[in-house]
Formats: sequence, C-alpha cells, structure tokens
Amino acid sequence: MIKLMINGQERSWDGDPDLSLLWYLRDEVGLTGTKFGCGIAECGACTVIVDKQAVRACITSVSDVVGRQVTTIEGLHPTGDHAVQKAWRELNVPQCGYCQAGQIMQAAALIAENPKPTHDQIREAMAGNICRCGCYQRIENAVHLASTGV
Amino acid sequence: MNIIANPERLRGFERRIRIEKISRRSVLKGLGIAGGLVLAAPLTSRQAFAAYQTGAAKMPHGTVVDPRVFVAIGSDGIVTIVAHRSEMGTGVRTSLPLIVAEEMEADWSRVKVVQAHGDEVKYGNQDTDGSRSTRHYLIPMRQIGASARTMLEAAGAKRLGVPVGEVKAVNHEVVHASSGRHIGFGDLAADAAKEAVPNVDGLKLKDPKDFRYLGKGQVGIVDLRDITVGAAQYGADVRLPGMKYAVIARPPVTGGKLKSFDAADATKVPGVEKVMEVQGWPWPSKFQPLGGVAVIARNTGAAIKGRDALKIVWEDGANASYDSAAYRTELEEAARKPGLIVRKEGDADAALKAADKVIVGEYYLPHLAHVSMEPPVAVANVKDGKAEIWAPVQSPGGTREDVAKTLGIPEDSVTVNVTLLGGGFGRKSKCDYALEAALLSKALGAPVKVQWTREDDVRHGFLHTVSVERIEAGLDKSGKVVAWRHRSVAPTIASTFAAGAAHAASFELGMGLVDMPFEIANIQCENPEAAAHTRIGWFRSVSNIPRAFAVQSMVGELAHATNRDQKDMLLELIGSPRIVRLDSVKDLWNYGEPYESYPIDTARLRRVVEYVADKGGWGRTVPKGHGLGIAAHRSFVSYIATIVEVSVGDKGKLTVHQVDTAIDCGTYVNPERIQSQIEGAAIMGLSLAKYGEVTFKDGKVQQGNFDNFRLVRLDEAPLLTNVHIVPADVDTPPSGVGEPGLPPFAPALVNAIFAATGKRIRTLPIGKQLET
Repeated sequence: MIKLMINGQERSWDGDPDLSLLWYLRDEVGLTGTKFGCGIAECGACTVIVDKQAVRACITSVSDVVGRQVTTIEGLHPTGDHAVQKAWRELNVPQCGYCQAGQIMQAAALIAENPKPTHDQIREAMAGNICRCGCYQRIENAVHLASTGV
Repeated sequence: MNIIANPERLRGFERRIRIEKISRRSVLKGLGIAGGLVLAAPLTSRQAFAAYQTGAAKMPHGTVVDPRVFVAIGSDGIVTIVAHRSEMGTGVRTSLPLIVAEEMEADWSRVKVVQAHGDEVKYGNQDTDGSRSTRHYLIPMRQIGASARTMLEAAGAKRLGVPVGEVKAVNHEVVHASSGRHIGFGDLAADAAKEAVPNVDGLKLKDPKDFRYLGKGQVGIVDLRDITVGAAQYGADVRLPGMKYAVIARPPVTGGKLKSFDAADATKVPGVEKVMEVQGWPWPSKFQPLGGVAVIARNTGAAIKGRDALKIVWEDGANASYDSAAYRTELEEAARKPGLIVRKEGDADAALKAADKVIVGEYYLPHLAHVSMEPPVAVANVKDGKAEIWAPVQSPGGTREDVAKTLGIPEDSVTVNVTLLGGGFGRKSKCDYALEAALLSKALGAPVKVQWTREDDVRHGFLHTVSVERIEAGLDKSGKVVAWRHRSVAPTIASTFAAGAAHAASFELGMGLVDMPFEIANIQCENPEAAAHTRIGWFRSVSNIPRAFAVQSMVGELAHATNRDQKDMLLELIGSPRIVRLDSVKDLWNYGEPYESYPIDTARLRRVVEYVADKGGWGRTVPKGHGLGIAAHRSFVSYIATIVEVSVGDKGKLTVHQVDTAIDCGTYVNPERIQSQIEGAAIMGLSLAKYGEVTFKDGKVQQGNFDNFRLVRLDEAPLLTNVHIVPADVDTPPSGVGEPGLPPFAPALVNAIFAATGKRIRTLPIGKQLET
C-alpha cells in the first residue's frame, strides 16, 4: 500500500507501484485536468508540481512521489485565481485549451522560482510545453503579465 | 432521411461519386427537394435576409432556422443557446451563440451555452470543417435570434397592454420607452414560448450600428475559465461507472491485417483484464477501424504496458513496400510528363516553347500528421441495442451515422455526445476511434474508453497528402510572364474511399491549382496520376498547403529572375482588379460556395497584399543577414497575405523576427478569435516548414512521437506576430478563418530565407538545408 499526497489530500494506492502518476491521477483518482499528450516527456501536457518543481507526470511513477506533495491544476489555487490563471484569462490565451493545464503548471513553477523572468527566460522555461494550436505569443505574454501583476 | 446532398462532401465519399454520375442540373434540383424536407417548413426559409447566397443548403441536412431548437429562456432569465458545431479551438462554441445573443438582445453574462448532440435532422449540418461555420451560420443564427426577440417583444407588448410597435427588446428586457416600463426576459419566458414563431421573411434584423458583441472582440470564449482550472471536459476526460480502458495494436502497414497473436505476457501485466481482436475492414475503408488487438485494463497505463507485451504477427499486404524516397522519385517523374488537363486558357505549351526564358520550380512537400494535442479518444457504452458515444468529433452527425452502420442498429438508437476537442485540424472529422470504442463496448458489454497513444496517432492516422508541384513559367523579352504550367501530383483523399482513385477530386483541384488567380495569357494546370499507399485525409487547409507553397515560391523565383521586388512581382501577376473567369474548369469547387457570392476577386487579393505591405512595413530596412518574404493566397473564400522577417545565423539557425498577416474574411463575428487563429497558423506553418514530415520505409511510418515528428516550441516561435484584419462592410459575405491563415506562411518564410541568404528552399521540411 502506497500513501500519496495529492492536492493536500492523502490517498492510498495498492495497485502497480510502477504505474505512471499521469494515469494514476487521471484514471484512478479522476483528476483529469492533467492531460496525456505524448507519454515520453516531450510535450508537457501532463505537467504537475511535485514539491516546488514542475515534473512530467507521464514519466513519473506513483512510487516516485511517495512522501512528496503533488499539486495538479485542480489544486493550484483554491478558487482558480492563481496569478497565472488570471493572466491566462486576461489575455484569452487558449484555443482548444487541451495543453493549457500543463502550460499553467509550468508557468506557475517558473514564477515561484523566478518571480520576474525576462522574455528570453520565459521562452526557454516554457519550451518543454507544446501547443499545437500555436498560442505561444499569448503564453509568453501571459507569463510576463502574471509576473508583473494582473 | 433522404439525402442526396453533399457534393463537396467530407463525410461520405461514396455519396460524392454517386452525385458526380448525374448531371449538375439534376443535382441542384435534387438538392432543392432535400432542402425542403429538412426544414420545419412554414417557419423557416433559407437566406430570407441574406444579400448573398451560401453553400449551406447543399451540406447534408442543410440548415435549420428555428428558435425553439436553439434557444430556451428560463424563468430565472438565463438564456440557454445551443452550440451545434464542435469546439476544437476556433472559438465557434462562443461565436455562433454570440450571434444569437446579439440579435435577440440577450445579455451575454446571462447566457449559458449547451452543446448539441449529433442530430442533424434537428440542428442541420454539424460538420465542423472547411472553415464554414461562420459563413454558413451568420445569417441563420441572426434569424434565430431575431425570431426569439420578436416573440419576446410580442409577449411583452401584450403584458404591458401596448401595441407591439411601441416596445423594444434591450439588454435582456422588453422596454416600453414612453412609459418607462420594462419586463425582464425571464418574466416573459413562458408567454413568449406561446407566441407563434415568426416567418423569417418578415423578420427585422438589428442595425449593425447597434451591435454590442458582433465585430467587437470583447467576449472571451465560454470555456475559458474551465480550461484554466482543469475543469473543461475533453473526450479523454469522460469517465463512466464500470468503464474499461483500452488501447489497440493496429496493423503497421496500411491495409495489413492480423495473422496471429500471443497474449500470454500481456495478460500478466498488473491491471490488464482482457486481450481481444478488433475487427478491421479491408483497405480502403473510409473511416472504418483498421482492426488489430485490443488490450483492456483497469487504467490506460496498464493497457499500454499490456500492449507492449503482446507478440503479434501481421500480414502486411499490398503496401508493404511503400517507401517515401522511392515514392518521391515516382511523383517527380510523373510531374515531368503531361497529365490530365484540368484548366486550360490559351496555349501554354506553345507559349513556353516561344518564351524568351522559362523558369522551372519543382517543389516537394511530404506527408504530415495532425498531432492534435489530444490524441484520438472515445468512450462508448453499447447495450440493449442502443449506443451512447462521448467523443471529440468534428462530425457528430457523421459519427452517429457510422456508429449505427457499424453496429447494425438504427441511427435513432445512437446518441453522440460531443465533448470539447483537444485540437482537430481535420483528424477528428474521421471517427474511426469512436467506431473502435463502439465495437469493443458491444463485445465487452461494458463502457469502454479507447485511447490512442501519440505513436498510434502519428502511425495510423489519415495523413496529409505528399506532393510534387512543378511550375514552369515562360517570360517574354520584357520580363512579362506569358505562360504558366502547373502540374500537381499527389495521392488523393478519394483513395481513402474508393480503391484505385488516382486523380485529385474537384475539391482538391480547387484548392490552389485550378483557382490560381494570376492574369496570364496562357495557363495550363495538369494533374498526373498518383497512387496512394496509406490513408490520406483532410488536414487543416488541405491541398492549399502545397499549392500555395509552389505558386508563391514561384513568385519569389520570378521576382529574382527579373530583378524585381517580390511584392511588385506578386501584384503584377495578380493583375488587374477583376472577377476571375474560370470557364475551362469543370466542376469548379469554390469551397462549396456559389460563385456569385464568393467569386475570385483580385481586387480583394490585391488589397490584402497592399494592406499587409503597409501595416507590416514591407520594404523596411532590415539588419544585415535578415530578409523579408511575402506571400498571398485565397482559400476558404478568404484572402490572406503574410510577410515574414527572418535571419539565418550560425549553423543555419533560423530566427523568425516578425510575422505580419492581413486577412480579409468579409464581415466577421469575433476579431479576437480571428487574431488567435492567425497567430496559431503562423506556428503551425513554421512547424511544417521547419520539421513537418512523416516518412515510410517498408510500408511503415518511421516517426512516432514529438521526438521525431517535431513541432515548433516557444523558444523558436516568431518573436512577434501581428494580425491585421481588413475592415469589411457588414454586407460582405463572411468567409473562412480557421484554415486560410496557414497556406501563405511557408512560402512567405522561404521567400524571406531567400532574401536573407540567397538559398531557395524547394523541399519541405527545411530540416538541415540551411546548415550548408
């Protein structure tokens, strides 16, 4: 039996300890905000925050996060009003929206670590998150907006 | 339901073939009859208000204009508006209901949008493709809103005891101005519902100067908040009690089939519950499943591990030798010989022989995969002779039809719930994944989710075609282009529907080949044969991608050959402001639109070129090592021009400094979403230009995921993208937005690269070509 902390709530899992955190969150817990995009840590759609770091849930196993705090998009802010979320809405960032939870989690981790990133730092830090619709200009601007006050 | 409809069809090519056998005239007559059946007759009539005609009536099930179908008002004042098209990122789930709200004077903050099931008899055509939604539904949605407003005003006047001419709906209330009395929509809901639905012919539409929402771009998409908090529901997010999770191993070669499999190791994987064969259909099989072996598990992760442990023997079939490099040579050889003539004006052969100089450009564009961020996925629950589907589909009506056919049950026993689409780009207009889920659910007697992995998506999709485009342009002594021969060779989408189809269908010819707008005395367009060896399907902008690339690259080549400015060359080729006559073209597609409403108008094409040149600073001085490129293209009956500024640095490092795009899409609903579509098109265009390529070896796709089917990321995105919307009169018919931004990007980019480096890119992707 594995004990996990997801969005501040304790959960236990007695299935395959090697199951990826992505499928555990989505299929076993029902936290579907974390998305599947590639399964090999190439696209960032499954980004969650473990302790303070953005990680790809698809290549992280359930046993890897024992004793650590896992935060998903659902737990990022109690009312969904994290500065990054507000900036995303302010600039109408999403098109289809599917990758955006991962983008937002990556951006939240970036700003927590570097509260005033430059545009170059934003472009670099967000480069692991693919958006097929091509919302990049707005993503860049929204991270900048979130870091300077919405 | 009868339906002869669908000449341009995206849903059932077999229908199209049937139509092509009968005369154009009888098709039109037949369509008229079909249209009459669709509508709830006395309340509705097509295009009663339209100053222009559209092709909406020719789509399967046409349009339905009935406020009782699309609008409901609660006693609490909440106005519920049905979105009947699929949301894949274009904003249509917001834009169409917004039109209704505008016209009925509803306050958008008190509007709730609900998604329609797949039911085309009820809602009219639901195919969300071809950049059609706004152009086909602007008028019908205005009529629906105006009908609802008229009913509310009638009810309000009765309640207030005044003549109906003295009241007016204003911001969610019916107001009697002279007495200052007003009644909210909620209070009037029950009475308004009892009013007769007005005949559309007598409806009065709002004066555009009173618009609060249309054309303003002040309204965010309805799903914005849900998306940012992880609550938006995509197909992948549907969960049902007792649901099983499935992934499928499919034949690696198109047309291949299962010979045998050993599931011993797979069934040992923790969480795997069952392994079973999935029925496949012989190729070409339209949207039917490819077949293979399904692994059913308690979660997707276990199903994937189980699939990895399967041992399968496949029989590869006729496409086992498909090889991209060899196929390219075949296409090139075909492009160097005469092919089927699909447009002919003057005598291009003679004029090329007599020309002072002939410039030849041969361009190659490979297969592409759609790779929507949400890979194909569907949930099905089939029991007691009924099927319920939850899926991200662009064609809810077509999905319903195909599920019914596949399961052998009537269509009215099938419910298709349309979720949000995590991207579509044409992939999700083919519902094979929903059919797989339906078959598995039926077999298991339980709800099933079929999840495609990214590798499945890249290897087993309906790829964008691969093509060679060869253009020969003849110049006279003065440098004027007097002859133009364009041969376009590419496997056709028709091959996915009919074995042996080797020539482009009229809708493919009509995307940048036969509708080429240049004013040249001798023009010949040819379409040599090309056999398909994999499933070919619609990909955002479709054949416009290779055609615009070839034609607009050739403009750059001609500018260089004659030592002229690219933009001047482009305008000279477009020629005089005129309506282009295409008398030699049989079955001119024109995106399904009547030519009278949507002609090829070179004045508009010239205007977007001038507009982008002005706004984007064409001719500005750029730093050393930088270059500017321009391209313009009409597609989906919209006019677009793009300017790109690039530099090429050490080791061929390509930087896109600025992109400016002008779009003339006629009158428009939501400029903010037009901007987002065009911004996105620049990214997709850059991705396909830099990296986009699916290749085959021994019949199998060689790529599988984002590590080898690469996409542009933020650190290589353009540093600045500007979108310039050409202002349009409200009477200018609306035209496409979702797709037309894409085609001009890549040629503008390679023209810019040429300006910066002198290197002409004729093969996409660019890959390592700039390194040397």
